[in-house]
Amino acid sequence: MIPAAFEYYRPKDMAGVLSLLEQHGDDARVMAGGHSLIPMMKLRMAEVPHLIDLQDVGGMSDIDIDADSIRIGAMVTQADIIDHADLADVAPILREAALQIADPQVRYMGTVGGNVANGDPGNDMPGLMQCLDAQFTLVGSGGERSVRARAFYEAAYMTAREDDEVLTAVKIPLPEGGYAYEKQKRKIGDYATAAAAVQIVNDGGTCAAASIAMTNLSDTPIYSEAAGAALVGTSVDDAAIKTAVAAMLGDIDPSEDNRGPVAFKKHVAGVILRRTIERAWSRA
Amino acid sequence: MKDEVTREERLDNLKGMGCSRKRVEDARFTQGKGNYVDDIKLDGMLFGDFVRTPYAHARIKNIDTSAAMQVPGVLAVLTAADLEPLGLHWMPTLAGDKQMVLADGKVLFQGQEVAFVVAEDRYAAADGIEAVEVDYEDLPVIVDPFESLQSDVVLREDLVAEDGSIPDGAHGPRTHPNHIFTWEAGDKQTTEEVLANAEIVAEESMYYHRTHPCPLETCGCVASMDKVNGKLTLWGTFQAPHAIRTVVSLISGIEEHNIRVISPDIGGGFGNKVGAYPGYVCSVVASIVTGKPVKWIEDRMDNLISTAFARDYWMKGRISATKEGKITGLHCHVTADHGGFDACADPTKFPAGFMNICTGSYDIPTAYLEVDGVYTNKAPGGVSYRCSFRVTEAVYFIERMIEVLAIKLNMDAAELRRVNFIRKEQFPYKAALGWEYDSGDYHTAWDKALKTVDYDGLRAEQAQRIEDFKAGKTRKLMGIGLSFFTEIVGAGPVKNCDILGLGMFDSCEIRIHPTGSAIARLGTISQGQGHATTFAQILASEIGLPADSITIEEGDTDTAPYGLGTYGSRSTPVAGAATAMAGRKIRAKAQMIAAYLLEVHDNDVEFDVDRFVVKGAPERFKTMKEVAFAAYNQAIPGIEPGLEAVSYYDPPNMTYPFGAYVCVMDIDVDTGVPDIRRFYALDDCGTRINPMIIEGQVHGGLTEALAVALGQEIAYDDMGNVKTGTLMDFFLPTAWEVPNYETDYTVTPSPHHPIGAKGVGESPHVGGVPCFSNAVQDAFRAFGNTHTNMPHDHWRIWKTANELGLHG
Amino acid sequence: MSKKMHIKLKVNGKDEEFLAEPRELLIYTLRERLNITGPHIGCDTSHCGACTVTINGKSVKSCTMFVAQADGGDITTIEGIGGPDDLHPLQEAFKEHHGLQCGFCTPGMITRAAKLLEENPNPTEEEIRFGMAGNICRCTGYQNIVKSIQAAAAEMNAAKEAAE
Repeated sequence: MIPAAFEYYRPKDMAGVLSLLEQHGDDARVMAGGHSLIPMMKLRMAEVPHLIDLQDVGGMSDIDIDADSIRIGAMVTQADIIDHADLADVAPILREAALQIADPQVRYMGTVGGNVANGDPGNDMPGLMQCLDAQFTLVGSGGERSVRARAFYEAAYMTAREDDEVLTAVKIPLPEGGYAYEKQKRKIGDYATAAAAVQIVNDGGTCAAASIAMTNLSDTPIYSEAAGAALVGTSVDDAAIKTAVAAMLGDIDPSEDNRGPVAFKKHVAGVILRRTIERAWSRA
Repeated sequence: MKDEVTREERLDNLKGMGCSRKRVEDARFTQGKGNYVDDIKLDGMLFGDFVRTPYAHARIKNIDTSAAMQVPGVLAVLTAADLEPLGLHWMPTLAGDKQMVLADGKVLFQGQEVAFVVAEDRYAAADGIEAVEVDYEDLPVIVDPFESLQSDVVLREDLVAEDGSIPDGAHGPRTHPNHIFTWEAGDKQTTEEVLANAEIVAEESMYYHRTHPCPLETCGCVASMDKVNGKLTLWGTFQAPHAIRTVVSLISGIEEHNIRVISPDIGGGFGNKVGAYPGYVCSVVASIVTGKPVKWIEDRMDNLISTAFARDYWMKGRISATKEGKITGLHCHVTADHGGFDACADPTKFPAGFMNICTGSYDIPTAYLEVDGVYTNKAPGGVSYRCSFRVTEAVYFIERMIEVLAIKLNMDAAELRRVNFIRKEQFPYKAALGWEYDSGDYHTAWDKALKTVDYDGLRAEQAQRIEDFKAGKTRKLMGIGLSFFTEIVGAGPVKNCDILGLGMFDSCEIRIHPTGSAIARLGTISQGQGHATTFAQILASEIGLPADSITIEEGDTDTAPYGLGTYGSRSTPVAGAATAMAGRKIRAKAQMIAAYLLEVHDNDVEFDVDRFVVKGAPERFKTMKEVAFAAYNQAIPGIEPGLEAVSYYDPPNMTYPFGAYVCVMDIDVDTGVPDIRRFYALDDCGTRINPMIIEGQVHGGLTEALAVALGQEIAYDDMGNVKTGTLMDFFLPTAWEVPNYETDYTVTPSPHHPIGAKGVGESPHVGGVPCFSNAVQDAFRAFGNTHTNMPHDHWRIWKTANELGLHG
Repeated sequence: MSKKMHIKLKVNGKDEEFLAEPRELLIYTLRERLNITGPHIGCDTSHCGACTVTINGKSVKSCTMFVAQADGGDITTIEGIGGPDDLHPLQEAFKEHHGLQCGFCTPGMITRAAKLLEENPNPTEEEIRFGMAGNICRCTGYQNIVKSIQAAAAEMNAAKEAAE
């Protein structure tokens, strides 16, 4: 499998990236680890006449934790997330999710920025970021702006990012309470049949806050506000979980693929969410 | 001189049969020094690659190669029109059909080869492919063999006469333009009578889905035509290099002595590399046309969508028994989907392979089998994926029918098997569908297996689990998968086994060097089985030279004796026998030389481990090493100098390895996710040459069985698009999905094989698939399940639970 | 064809410089340009790991990296892990414990395992299976691969202890 020829650029700073984007418009794509883009180029399902490699652009490989938030540079890899002890302390759900992405080699290359920016509904990080109410930092010729993960995804491979913008960082409010990321897949390296991210706060046996997002069950990740709301104020008992699952099922719209038909996916989504809630609650 | 070395030490020193000798192949593989076909690099070598059709059934109105010829680095674009004057636009298949090399007016399956772009490197070839413009006209697509037999759409116009009549095929009369053959075995009338009058009859229809052997190395070749000397050299991933040489000679007209076929190291075969593919023909033609070496290497998608698939059998069974569970008759009908061309790799007289081993390990007095082969718009193939010809299908069929019958009888499936096993004293056993089983001791193996896994304890645990499930205490069911299989391998006797008229013997040629080391060459070719290690062990035991002093060479037709290659577990049964027989010829001559040197009569010396000893005087001996030196350097009256032998071995019968497998599985009813808790595999492959390698073969075969049973398939949509063309969707398990296996064995030697060995490489796959499948099905037996089709991926398992009402 | 780039790599300790199209995949650079044929191509889509090499301290599937991306990188392949005079304990263990059959996955498997043991010198069986899950083997069923890696780890730890 050989991709079509392209011009390759490795600018040293963001200004260089932006000027290339401006110059080539639609014909240019930025690449971080390349593990989503390169297979598509090899299969000739993605044509990229101008490829802009971000690896030499500084300032995007750090994980900074302060009193109320976490900033993860777009070039931080899944492996970096897994290995970062402080991050695992303050937001363990990130590590739990990253471990379920692809395989070791791919996690060394695959970046947070690439995973959230390319809009593949199979990617795990977008749903996770919605659950955590992350903000994506976008830099373009017009300057910098911030978009909530919950407002970023429009359709498969369609996001709020403009063609001349680069996603440079993810900013996450420090998560509170219990957490869990559950993913059913056919094998290592597969996308989810269904996956759920849950972050939940237990205040003396009552759920004070709950955030729920689902992966690969629509053409975008699905943040189910209603599912989270169904748990708040309850003791997260069976009835509450049932209500939350029903609410989530109202929000997703899976399609049939090799993993199975819609009815199966909906059922598994419900089962996985229930388990994720139960595990998160047990840790809350 | 006193011999200081004990007999035991001398035996150890040989590293002969029965020891776990470490593999001699491993040094180069672990250091990255293997030599696979894509590692070959020749001066001026070009690269060829295919334009493939995205349509499963279409007429080709035009192929425009002009833009492609303008792509820098592209040297030629071959189409059927270019091959036609050479008579090479079609080629014979191994099944007596013919197959387009490049699309001749139409295409019959997605991924079929349409044009061959030859370029300076693989990048230019890829760009050239993009630039070839093909004008297609859609035709109706048929992916269902039953629909095919009813359809007015003719897939193969070349097989219909001008008056619309349907000429006979290679295997007799055809009933429909899309029908390939009907093949039958056994006694139809008696079987119908037995079934009609039986106390109990169980029926089931099952689909053994289409899958693919998918070796980690894809298929490929390098063709190099030396126009000065008129010699063609062809390196490739060939499981049968000599057969390829003969086929290339027959279709190209190049005399066989001017063709040298070399199989270098092969990165796994599993049946995928038995057949002849358009890539080989096009590479040869391109090398002749350009005068330069041409390499063709598939990518993974090419491999999955165009080269030989496996299985795709729709099987319908009826089995009858007495109320006590004694089986009285078996009827099997198969609708076999062969795709667009009949390119099955089976012995000529067996268009459905050895499907007629489907009476299994059981004493079934009456049986009948009928197989209909059908064309569809799917890739051709039908190879034996890690099994002897269609034996996996046969064993799956009978092992499922046994379970279905057990349900009907309300009987324990292990007990039902025990009641019906062929008894030890019945061997050699003539089965109802024609085969004569050489040896077996099924009851001993079964009892050992059931005892080791504590079968009764497992059933008690399962019963408790069912109670807990019904009481809402658990959402996991427990399945106990059983399988008892009999393989039929070692094809085979030339009297009934040939491929394209080539008798399926095999061969070994041995040269002993003067200083007591040796080289042996065989007609087989290892693809990971470790022949260089094990064949040296056979020889070491036969001729008394250390295995470490024996080089084994395979795969070069200029040097190796003619043989039919490695597939269907035939290497040990056939070439292994040839090796032993050639070794015995060496020993016979060596004995005469030793007797001369010891100044006694030939009959007064006997062979002992590594030497010839004067009978009754063990202190008087000549070692094989000494004899080898004398054979070359001493004038011995009446004996030619040298010590060489060759044997061409035509086995008197197949060999029949068998085994008993048990799988314990937990199934999450709500998600359909299975968890393999335990897998026990007892194999009886007769005499064991290298236990370490046997165990490795069993682990590997079981893992391929797990894959096939639990998710691996080549799936098509209604338009004939392959849905599983990359490893994202085509299931190859990783270390994470695979359990640890427990291995065990009994030893029942083959009575007709020189060393009693039966072959083992494929047994675990043959026995493993029904065992994994039976475990899934057994988990649901208590809730009314009789049969569900593989692959048991998460959603199909979930669907079973759902249909049985287990989701509340 | 696009314009060629000037590429510099260090491969198994040796500096290499050449001109290449940016789309050249690193696996082909190694195999066809530098004649380092240990790493293989199995799947083309980053699933099988036969092409695994170490680049700048990371295990990477070289079929999914352009040579342009690798420019400036420090690469180790199976050929750099050990040879006839300095076999790596993993190379010995794979032979000793029958951790390979056809050998096609082996270079990637050992290259990955070496990195795994560097990061986790004492892995459990579960950690080995998880850490090796980016490498597919069609022949062995993994059982003896796991055993080989465990044995190499023990050997390496014993050698380290002896040296201390």
